[in-house]
This record gives sequence, structure tokens and C-alpha cells, in this order.
Amino acid sequence: MTNKKVLKKGNHVIGAAAIEAGCEFYAGYPITPQNELTEYMAKHMVLNKRPFVQAESEVSAINMVFGASAAGARAMTSSSSPGISLKQEGISYIAGANLPCVIVNMVRGGPGLGNIAGAQSDYFQATRGGGHGDYRLIVLGPNSVQELYDYTMKSFDLADKYRIPVMILGDGYLGQMMESLTLHKYAKPKNLPKKTWALTGCKGRNPNVIKTLYLTPEDALEKHNLELNVKYEKIKKELQLFETINVQNAELVIVAYGTVSRVVKNVIESSDKKIGLFRPISLWPFPENALRNLKCKKFLVVEMSLGQMVEDVKLSLFGTDASVDLIARPGGMIPTEEEIHKKIKLMLK
Amino acid sequence: MKLYQRPKSLKNVHTHFCPGCGHGIIHKLICEVVDELKIREKMIAIAPVGCGVFGYNYWDFDVSEAAHGRTPAVATGIKRVHPDKIVLSYQGDGDLAAIGTAEIIHAANRGENITVIFVNNAIYGMTGGQMAPTTLMGQKSTTTPFGREKNLGYPIKVCELLAQLEGTTYLERTSVNSPLNVMKTRKAIKKAFELQITNKGFSLIEVLSMCPTNWKKDAIESCNFVKEQMMKIFPLGVIKDTTKTK
Repeated sequence: MTNKKVLKKGNHVIGAAAIEAGCEFYAGYPITPQNELTEYMAKHMVLNKRPFVQAESEVSAINMVFGASAAGARAMTSSSSPGISLKQEGISYIAGANLPCVIVNMVRGGPGLGNIAGAQSDYFQATRGGGHGDYRLIVLGPNSVQELYDYTMKSFDLADKYRIPVMILGDGYLGQMMESLTLHKYAKPKNLPKKTWALTGCKGRNPNVIKTLYLTPEDALEKHNLELNVKYEKIKKELQLFETINVQNAELVIVAYGTVSRVVKNVIESSDKKIGLFRPISLWPFPENALRNLKCKKFLVVEMSLGQMVEDVKLSLFGTDASVDLIARPGGMIPTEEEIHKKIKLMLK
Repeated sequence: MKLYQRPKSLKNVHTHFCPGCGHGIIHKLICEVVDELKIREKMIAIAPVGCGVFGYNYWDFDVSEAAHGRTPAVATGIKRVHPDKIVLSYQGDGDLAAIGTAEIIHAANRGENITVIFVNNAIYGMTGGQMAPTTLMGQKSTTTPFGREKNLGYPIKVCELLAQLEGTTYLERTSVNSPLNVMKTRKAIKKAFELQITNKGFSLIEVLSMCPTNWKKDAIESCNFVKEQMMKIFPLGVIKDTTKTK
């Protein structure tokens, strides 16, 4: 485990990171293209004497995670788009109950069954909450097998720190891809809050209650909503993750996350123009301040969905005189270097 | 000599239950058994969506809510994390036998070492008296204003259904419509908890209960309805007991 370089598949690496980060409960349900993760957990959770459950549905899996998290465990589930839709009920309850957990979405094309190719079409669902009620998740969008490893570990810490569900928003390509990465040991942050709220039996303390029902509007539910919002505002201040390449004095900055951001990196290297990349890593909270501070006049959003992240880019730049263009390829298509070069040419004419 | 007192595990507060409702009796029985078995500090209960949702206002032990019907899934997560704690899934008929059918069948089939108290009053109480999966044929509700007809399905016999699954250990149907049946229900609940304590697996006690408000009957008529109508369709007794062979 000491900084060893290995060749591994994305979905397996998430499992390895979760085990290393002390994941204490996993429940899942088969769906392509994330099955390797559930299969990995089926083997390695059991080998590590930790509970693994293959649930009867994604609905049940997320509610098992609710229970495990309420019981104080580091809990995780994973799925892909149609299954994540089913999990939305449970995610809303988990968010409402201030419970931490990690949810992996290896996004595939939609709507409906769509296909099993990688896509980014669940961006709205992930970053806007997805289920019912006023709530947010922390959403992280890694772009390599190494980052899947690193950010899966970080997800457990963020979930525990803020008592919030954290979603790893990957795409099918990222989960299926084999790539070299450096494995490293997990170091638990020292300042994580103790789970004094967890259901462990009330020995030596007053009973704990985990709930989301606040019947009266004026002194209960609104108060609860506002308290949740204080947390969301705190996260917005403390967690805006991003990567930039060549943005200093760039004529044009491309905004892209996940798999397609790697295509954009190639474009930047091969272009004769001064092109920069702004890559959001936290998709919620969106790194709006850093993007706004770039002072560039021309932005190009490249995404594997029909214009979803572009809305956050426009919101971040609202009130500036920057222009925002878009390359949007849905249905499991990855924008090519050629079409991005072509668009750049048009924009810098 | 003190003949009767409030169980220690039952908080000294008024409940929100309607007069003549069976939930209060069942809550009390659970707490009596919890006291007797000295498991209050090991209890983790899950309150369902429905009239039972406020369990945490009455039970003096750890409680979680759950989404409608998902109580057995939440119970699974808790029990797998804390196998040494006593996990109670408290559910009504709409919660368990309609929206939560998948969850209860699969928790039972996995043989989760939990105790389910299933309160069957043949109606949705909290939402105002709609047809439940256990509503009797011909029984009127706000969504069966002319009585339940065949095309709305038949009353689901949960114990008999779950008895088919190898994962289930103990299934009994009782009632709280008479003092004798209350005593039998107490005995059944105690047995179910004892089975969990000794790691014998999944047990479910189905308790036929009264809902005078939504049945539009008085308390005595309601007790009689359980005896004369419900017990014909939902016969009382031990439906399955594998503890002698397991």
C-alpha cells in the first residue's frame, strides 16, 4: 500500500479507496456500467469482515445506507443513472436527516434506459438535489482513475465533516477505464466531529432520534430548512475545488469536467492559440468565484450532456461581459479534439 | 402491593392516538417487554410513515424514522452495523403490505435478525381512511366509497405470504381487541424479542388493531369488528415457528 504504482480499473479503484478509508457498510444493486464496484465490494467488504448487502432494489439499497449511517457507520452505495433516479427518495431523507454517506453515480446516457455508454447527463439531478425538498449534496467530478481513488477517500471525510451525502459523479468511461495510479494509505483527519447523534442504543445517555418530519411550518420545518442552509452556505465558502491550466492571459478558456476535460487538455496542448482550461472538481458547490476571477472574455463549455453545466458557468459569470459558447454531445458521445479545434477557430476569428 | 405501573421505557406523555386506537396498547406492550428483558439501552427502533411515525415521542430509547415502506431496509442497515443491538421495525399495513412490499419480503427472505411489529387495522389511518392492502372485501373507505371490490385486489395475508420464505423464523398473528388477546400479544412480542436476542433470525408479529375514527365506529363496535370480521380473514395464531428445528 505504500505509494505503489498499479494498473487498475476505475470502478475497482473506488472500492479499494472506500475499503482503505474505512467504509463500514455497503449496499448496492446490479446496473451497468458500475457493476465492477458492487462486485469488488461483495468480495472485499466480506474479506475485511464488514457488512455487504446486495439489495432487492436501489430504493432499498439507499435506505439500508440511511440505516447504516444513522447507526454511525461510514456507509456507501453506488449505481448508474436509472438506479440513481430510484435512490432519490432515500437521498432526500438522508439529506433531511443530516446523515453522512457516499453515493457513486457512474453516469450513463438517458433519459429512460438510454444506453450504457458514459455520459454527463445527470449533472442537473446531482447538483440541484435530485429528490424532493430544499437540499444539496456535495458533488465531486473526478477525471482520472487516480482522482477516483483520491476523491472517494475525501468523500467520506467531507460527508462526516458536514453530515451530508457526498456524490462521486463519474461517467461510465471513467468507471470502465484502466489506468495507472499511485495507491496510498488513508489518513483520517483528526478534527472530524464525533458522531454523538448516532443510534447505538441509549446506554449512558438520553435517547437519540433521527428524523426528517417537522410538522409545524413556522417554528419547526422552516427553522430546519434554514439550519440546513447555513450548512450549505458554509460548504460553499469552504469547498470550491477546481484545476486550471494555462488560464493566465488566455484568449479563450474552456470549461469542462470529468472524462471530456482530458480531451480538452489534448486540445490545449495541440492548439496554436492561447487556450486555457478551467476544470471544476466540486460540481456542487460550483467553483464560481475562481471562474469569475479569470477575467477572460470568452468561454467555451464542453460537456457530454445537452447544456447542463453551462448554466452554472453562466450564473458564475452573470453581470460580466464574457461570452459563453457550448459544445454539447449527449447520448454517450465524447466531443472530439477536431470539433473543439473547429469551434475555437470560429470563436477566435 | 403495586399491581400495575407505567413501563419505564414508555415516556410519561399523552399520545396523539385517537380514543379506541390500538397503537397505544401495542406501544405499551413493547415497552413492558423491553423493560422485562432489560434491553432498553440496546434498543434501536424504526418508526414508519403513518400513525406510528411519532414512536420517538413515546418510546424512551433510540429511534429513527424511515421513508414510507422502507423501514425493513433501514432496519437491515442498522442491524448489520450493530448486530448486538435489538432492532425493532414498527410498521402499519399500508407501509408494510403496499408501498413496502419489496422491502419486507426481502428482509424476511434474508432472514435479517430483527423483530417486526406489523399493526394491521385494515386502513390508512394518518392520511384519513383510504383503502389499505388489508382492507376487507366490501369494506368502505374513502377510496372505496362503495366497498372494496375484486378489481381492487384482496386482503393480503402477510404472515401466510412470508411463511413461504425460508428466511423467516417466527410469524404470529395476534390482536389487541380484548384483554385476553392483549395478553397473548404481549407474549408474542416477548417471544419475538427473545428470538432476536438469541440470534434466531427474522420474526414478525402481526397485530390486528382497531381504528374507530376511520372505521366510523365506536370503541366497542371496533373491537367487535376485529373479532367478527377481521379474524375471519386473518385468523389468529402462530403461522410459522421454526425455532424447534433451527
